[in-house]
Amino acid sequence: MSVKDIFESMDYGPAPEDASDALIWLADRGGIAGHFINGQWGPLRDDFASTNPATGEKLAGVTKGTAAEVAIAVAAARKAQPKWAKDGAARAKVLYAIARLMQKNARLLAVMETLDNGKPIRESRDIDVPLAIRHFYHHAGFAQLMNEEMPDAEPLGVCGQIIPWNFPLLMLAWKIAPALAMGNTVVLKPAEYTSLSAMIFCEICTAAGVPPGVVNIVTGDGETGAALVDANVDKIVFTGSTAVGRIIREQTAGSGKALSLELGGKSPYIVFDDADLDSAVEGLVDAIWFNQGQVCCAGSRLLVQEGIADRFYAKLKSRMDGLRIGDPLDKCIDVGAIVDPTQLAQIKAMVDANTSGEMYQCDAPDGCFYPPTLVTGLAPADTLMQEEIFGPVLVACTFRTPAEAVEIANNTRYGLAASVWTENINLALDIAPKLVSGIVWVNATNLMDAAAGFGGVRESGFGREGGWEGLAGYTRPRGKLTKITAPTAFTKSDGTPAAPMDRTAKLYIGGKQARPDGGYSDPVFNKSGKLLGHASIANRKDLRNTVEANAAAKGWSKSTGHLRAQILYYIGENLSARADEFATRINQLTGGRTGTGEVDDAINHLFTWAAWADKHDGAAKGVPIRGVALAMNEPVGNIAILTDDTRPLMGLIEPLVPALAMGNRVTAVASQAFPLAATDFYQVLETSDLPAGVANILTGSHADLAPHMAAHANIDAVWSFSTADVSKIIEAKSTSNLKRTWVNHGMHRSWPSSIWRAQATEVKTIWIPYGE
Amino acid sequence: MQTMNANTTTLPQVQEPRNDGIPLDLSWVKAVQANTSAIERRAATLPGRRSVKKDFQAAWLCKAISLMDLTTLSGDDSEGRVRRLCAKARQPVRADLLKTLGMEGLTTGAICVYHDMVETAVDALRGTKIPVAAVSTGFPAGLSPLHLRLAEIGESVNAGAQEIDIVITRRHVLQGNWQALYDEMAQMRAACGDAHVKAILATGELGSLRNVARASVVCMMAGADFIKTSTGKEPINATLPVTLTMIRAIRDYHDRTGIRVGYKPAGGISKAKDALVYLSMIKDELGDRWLKPDLFRFGASSLLGDIERQLEHHVTGGYSAGWRHAIG
Repeated sequence: MSVKDIFESMDYGPAPEDASDALIWLADRGGIAGHFINGQWGPLRDDFASTNPATGEKLAGVTKGTAAEVAIAVAAARKAQPKWAKDGAARAKVLYAIARLMQKNARLLAVMETLDNGKPIRESRDIDVPLAIRHFYHHAGFAQLMNEEMPDAEPLGVCGQIIPWNFPLLMLAWKIAPALAMGNTVVLKPAEYTSLSAMIFCEICTAAGVPPGVVNIVTGDGETGAALVDANVDKIVFTGSTAVGRIIREQTAGSGKALSLELGGKSPYIVFDDADLDSAVEGLVDAIWFNQGQVCCAGSRLLVQEGIADRFYAKLKSRMDGLRIGDPLDKCIDVGAIVDPTQLAQIKAMVDANTSGEMYQCDAPDGCFYPPTLVTGLAPADTLMQEEIFGPVLVACTFRTPAEAVEIANNTRYGLAASVWTENINLALDIAPKLVSGIVWVNATNLMDAAAGFGGVRESGFGREGGWEGLAGYTRPRGKLTKITAPTAFTKSDGTPAAPMDRTAKLYIGGKQARPDGGYSDPVFNKSGKLLGHASIANRKDLRNTVEANAAAKGWSKSTGHLRAQILYYIGENLSARADEFATRINQLTGGRTGTGEVDDAINHLFTWAAWADKHDGAAKGVPIRGVALAMNEPVGNIAILTDDTRPLMGLIEPLVPALAMGNRVTAVASQAFPLAATDFYQVLETSDLPAGVANILTGSHADLAPHMAAHANIDAVWSFSTADVSKIIEAKSTSNLKRTWVNHGMHRSWPSSIWRAQATEVKTIWIPYGE
Repeated sequence: MQTMNANTTTLPQVQEPRNDGIPLDLSWVKAVQANTSAIERRAATLPGRRSVKKDFQAAWLCKAISLMDLTTLSGDDSEGRVRRLCAKARQPVRADLLKTLGMEGLTTGAICVYHDMVETAVDALRGTKIPVAAVSTGFPAGLSPLHLRLAEIGESVNAGAQEIDIVITRRHVLQGNWQALYDEMAQMRAACGDAHVKAILATGELGSLRNVARASVVCMMAGADFIKTSTGKEPINATLPVTLTMIRAIRDYHDRTGIRVGYKPAGGISKAKDALVYLSMIKDELGDRWLKPDLFRFGASSLLGDIERQLEHHVTGGYSAGWRHAIG
């Protein structure tokens, strides 16, 4: 084409980024990606190929890590950890050096990422790599500040980290930077499709003075990952599919390993009729056609207000026509290659299976490319509206009112992110808290930063990455753990009837005293065999009923902290009025003399959490935009608690009250051995203005109830302080809805208030760019 | 329609039906939204999303020249200065470079001058098909009496200006007096007769992108053939966010009426690279049809010099110097 021809056509023409430096880099290193353990390379084997998805050409051989190799890496990390944990300022210097060196190698990293993953060079150059660098800079700061600002925190130890292929370098940064900052050492496994940028990172680590063993990379596939999960690590951090997340949850159940999961999503993208429609259309380009839609937080579910739907779809289709799909190394390409033919086939199969709605597709080149696709006219009942496609496919339906938008948005198993487009600040700020998701973008999408928390709720996983809240995933409070022993219930009867009258304590469900579904109860005796009364034996149907009651009491979660404080104070006041009676009851139950002290503790605890109810403030994050990222503390939802059975009253109050204070609805199971203080306590609740259903109290077998709690899909978290051996079953069964679990693994410790607050809340990050 | 084809006498303006305007539709105007942050994000990322290299870049830069209103709007303008500029408009790039590029005959899109210089420019451009544009209506503030402003348009048209760049009364926008803006624009359009009218919004003085968007729509409703960002005399002139806002308004107007209105960013575009970004924004947001002089112009004075140097670099492979190219 002559200049004159182009003058007429005004085509863009090719603008290829030169890949030769990256290819030479690989060739110079023998063309094999493999392990980096204890500061050394190897072994390096060509077990499988890493290919450029855009061309199908082999880029390098990749070593498939064995369980033995994983163990060597973990041992190296274990050995290096104590020394690494010693000096935060020294860690800060190393993290800073990593950031600087990544900056120096930014182009090489970007090109390698694009070669390996197929994402447009524009994205790896302008988004992935800069965000990864920013993560190390930001966390160098956290390392520096840790001693001063987090004096009670200590590192977990060795973290096993498994990352996905969609943002190979960025996910590596999100995992390694906070782990290292907090004094942990890591063994990280890159995704099997995309190990190459991690190889550059290893060299950067060496150059930055990362001590041997602090950062270990083991390449491989799912089997290698499984070996890492099984290895002697203190924590597993996983980002990837919900299916694999479930497997890891089951695999680690009962092991005592901490776990963070950042999983899938089907994030709603809500456009109200007063939005800047053109900007909302452009936002979709960044939401669902960014990284070929292979983004866990992709705005993949478009919800448009009915009155503007036709106009919006027309604008969107015309924008789609302008998308340029092709060679990811071309600087003028919007949508690159799908990471692997397997993935392409999966996207194709899902879209081909759909028979609803109307489909609009761009053209895509042959090869491992999938055309940007829009499917309009769908309903929530359509599979494509529910299942994550993980490709450049946008599905759409309409809504009528803000309330309906929220209802449809929340009609999903996932809860990672959401976008809200409206020029009405009242509407935006009303909707944002109502969306069940870890992140909300107002008039924006896919904004991310090291200072802001990222992570989801429901089956999108748990734990946050980024910001102070992200550090919680890599530390634990200092403190002593003691082994718990189950208290022995007194079962011997002296044969006399209860005096003055035999009472069977009922269950407390939905603000009412309810007979147990099974109709059975257990006698409760004191030390000398005197019958104190009977306690109901709750079964799974009673649990079902309490969760129904929890769900109906959702107003509690929207109530003001001030109101919750008032009620908690009132409970304390009413308990105080009956302090002697409770102290006597406790002593009768346990045969000890701790009653008075325990009641005092309980009253004090109520006052402490009444104090916290309106003081667990969120934060406004210093993110690098003109705008604000609000970190809002939201209640987790419905929490089921197996209480510490050694303390009849305080065992209940200790977890119940923080949960209530933070706005959760609770189902608590009383001390199995000493249930009657808890059942007396619901009389206090009844007289203290606590709305019905907010707190339900069951009695019965912890071991019997635990699996049903864990499996109940409408329970958002299960806590166990029980002396029963239930930690493993709870963690394993929690995969039903990937609920958060907080279990004691047979050890008792006293938790600081910060941990109670963190466990009782989810941090929602609401991004609000501004400017007129 | 190509300006470089000397055998064609067709003016660039006559390729599209003129925008005769529509009645003022206040419900449309008030529904117009412009989210500043989102617009800025799009504008900020566009240069990274689009890249034009080698022959393509050369062709695009030639296109930028063909779309240029080569402008002088200074208090010390004289006949000699304007003739010099017109000579440059006729031969914007060194002949040997154009020959190598195969772009002989390339001219700028128009010459833009004050009323007093119209006759001189028309005379200097005789024999070419380069139109003369006059800034008018009490440029740049636009605060002289309305009847005088309207009369000024007539004078410029009589003097041979084929395009009139009018300035709107910013006050009407700032006060949300859309009827007044519409009426003013409609009268100016009428005063232009067959000459095409470019409405200068002076976006740097409108306070918000939302105002820019609404003023754009009202001026189009009132019959503007082009909407233009700035006089070049405001503290902030053409920017990418303003451009995005205005061309989206143009797109909306086209979607609803079928009429294509032109766009002219003016002031502050002085680098070849910037011109490429503008062209890619027009191409991506409005489409290729807008990349012709009847629908797009750069208002620029120093841009041409940088483009010339880039073109020489393209031809020779060596970086150029300003003195190797004729001044205008």
